[in-house]
Amino acid sequence: MIVSGCDVGSLATKAVILNERSVLAQAVVPSSFDPARSADEAMGRALEQAGLRLSDIRYCVGTGYGRERIPFVSKAVSEIACHAKGAHWLIPTARTVIDIGGQDCKAIRLDARGNVVKFLTNDKCAAGTGRFLEVMARILGLGLEELGNQRGKAGEPIQLASTCTVWAQAEVIHHLNAKKDIADIAHAVNRAMAARVAILARGVGIERDLVMTGGVAKNKGVTSTLEELLGTGIRRLRLDPQVIGALGAAVIAKEQAEGGKA
Amino acid sequence: MITAGLDIGSLSAKALILRDDEILGWHVIAARPDPEDSAREVMAGALGKAGLSMDDIEFTVGTGYGRKAVPFARAVESEISCHGMGAGWLMPGVRTVIDIGGQDAKAVRIDDSGRVVRYAYNDKCASGTGRFLEIVAGVMGIGLDELGPVSLRARNPVSLSNQCVVFAETEIISLINEGRDKADIVAGLHRALAHRVASLARSIEPEPAVAMTGGVAKNPGMFKALEEALGTGITRCDIDPQAIGALGAALIARERAAKGGAGA
Repeated sequence: MIVSGCDVGSLATKAVILNERSVLAQAVVPSSFDPARSADEAMGRALEQAGLRLSDIRYCVGTGYGRERIPFVSKAVSEIACHAKGAHWLIPTARTVIDIGGQDCKAIRLDARGNVVKFLTNDKCAAGTGRFLEVMARILGLGLEELGNQRGKAGEPIQLASTCTVWAQAEVIHHLNAKKDIADIAHAVNRAMAARVAILARGVGIERDLVMTGGVAKNKGVTSTLEELLGTGIRRLRLDPQVIGALGAAVIAKEQAEGGKA
Repeated sequence: MITAGLDIGSLSAKALILRDDEILGWHVIAARPDPEDSAREVMAGALGKAGLSMDDIEFTVGTGYGRKAVPFARAVESEISCHGMGAGWLMPGVRTVIDIGGQDAKAVRIDDSGRVVRYAYNDKCASGTGRFLEIVAGVMGIGLDELGPVSLRARNPVSLSNQCVVFAETEIISLINEGRDKADIVAGLHRALAHRVASLARSIEPEPAVAMTGGVAKNPGMFKALEEALGTGITRCDIDPQAIGALGAALIARERAAKGGAGA
C-alpha cells in the first residue's frame, strides 16, 4: 500500500512517499506564500522521483503550519504527533524528540508505541528557533550549513550574554567590529542556540534515546553542544532530519488506511 | 546650591543642572562609543545652556549604564531611584513611573517623597522596549518621530499575532503586502508595545497617578496606547521625558551635598 505525508512548514515544505517499510521518495522545497502551491510542488517532486501519480497514493496525511490548506490530503494531523511518529518509525527506542523548525522549537516525549506523552513548544520567541540561526548566518555572511560547520578556535570561547535575538544580533555585530574570528563567533551562536533549546528539552524530561528532527539537526555545532548540555548522545537518523514530520504523516496515513478509516 | 545629574544610557546621554528648586538647563546627546566622552560632551552642553562652568557645580551624581564612567561625579545612583525621584519631584501626586528607553523598560512605584517602593524591569526581551518601535519604523520606512503622529490617524488598528520583534517584523511585511493601511499597522504596533509594557506595570500593582518617562514618552501614539492598555490617564512631563533620570540624579546630588557631600 502506497501512502504519503506532506509537511508544509514556514520555510520549507516536505513530502515523503512510503510503501510498507520502504521510503520510495522524499522531497524538500522552499515554502512559497501559498501553502497549497508549496504542497503541490513538494508532492509533485516526490511523485516524480517515485515514478508515481497522485492517484497511486492510497492515503495522504498533511501536517505543519499550512496543513489545513493542502488540497490533496485526506486528513490533517498536528506536527507534534507526526514528528513523534516519524522518529519512532526510524528509531523504535526513541523516547524524546527535539524538533527545531524555522520558526519554532518542540520537545516531545513519547511512549514505546510512538505516541506523545508530553510536549513543550516555543513559537513565541525567535531565540531557540531556526530563525535565530538564520538571522545570525546573514550577519556573519555564512550559509546555514556553513554556520553549523564552523568550529571555534579560540582558547577562550566567545559567549553571547543575551538570549533575545535582537540583543544577541547587536553582540554579534560588536564582535565582528572588534575583528573577532568568524568561526569563533559562529561557534558562540551555535552554543547560544543549543543552550536555549536545552531549557525547553529539560522541561519535558529527557529520556533516552534522544532524536533530533528538523533542519537545525544538520547543524553540528548545535547538536554537539546539546549533547554536552543534556549529557546524552543524539541518535543519528538515516533520513534527512528535515523530512521526519512528513515521514510521520505518511506513517499515520498508513495506520489510517489499514484501520479502514480511509 | 547648584548640582548636576548625568544619565549615561546605552543610546543617549543626558545632563541636567539644578539650582535649589529651579531647573537651569538640560541637554541630551546620542551616546558616544566611550561613555566618558558622552559624559564630558553632554555636561558641556548643559553647562552652556545654564550659562555656568564646571566650577559652579557643587555636587554631581551619575546614573545609567555608563554611570561609573562619569569622571566628575561624586556619587552614583541606580536608574530606578533616579527616575522615581525625578518624576516624583516634577509631578507631585505621581505614584507610578513607567520609563521606556531604547533598550529597556521599567515600572517603578514611589511614595510621596519619590522613594522607590517596588519596581519591575525588562532588558531581556527587545519586544517590550523602544527597540521594538525603532526596528519596525525601519521596516516601514517611517522616521521614529513620525510613528506617533501616523498612529493617531488610524481608523482600524491591526492586531499583531506575534510579540517577538523578529517574528513581528515578518508579520508587518506581510501586512504591508496585503495592502493594509500604514496608519492602522503603526497603531497596531503601538498597541502591541503598550500591551507588553502594561503587563510589566501590572506586576507592580500600579497606583495612580501614572507618569511616562524615557525617549518613547515623546511619542503621542504611545501615550494613547498605554492609556488604553492600562485603563487610566497618564501624566505628561513638562520637561523632556528623556531627562527625568538626570533630574533625579541632580535631586539626589542636592540631598547628598546637604548631608555634607558623602560620596557613595
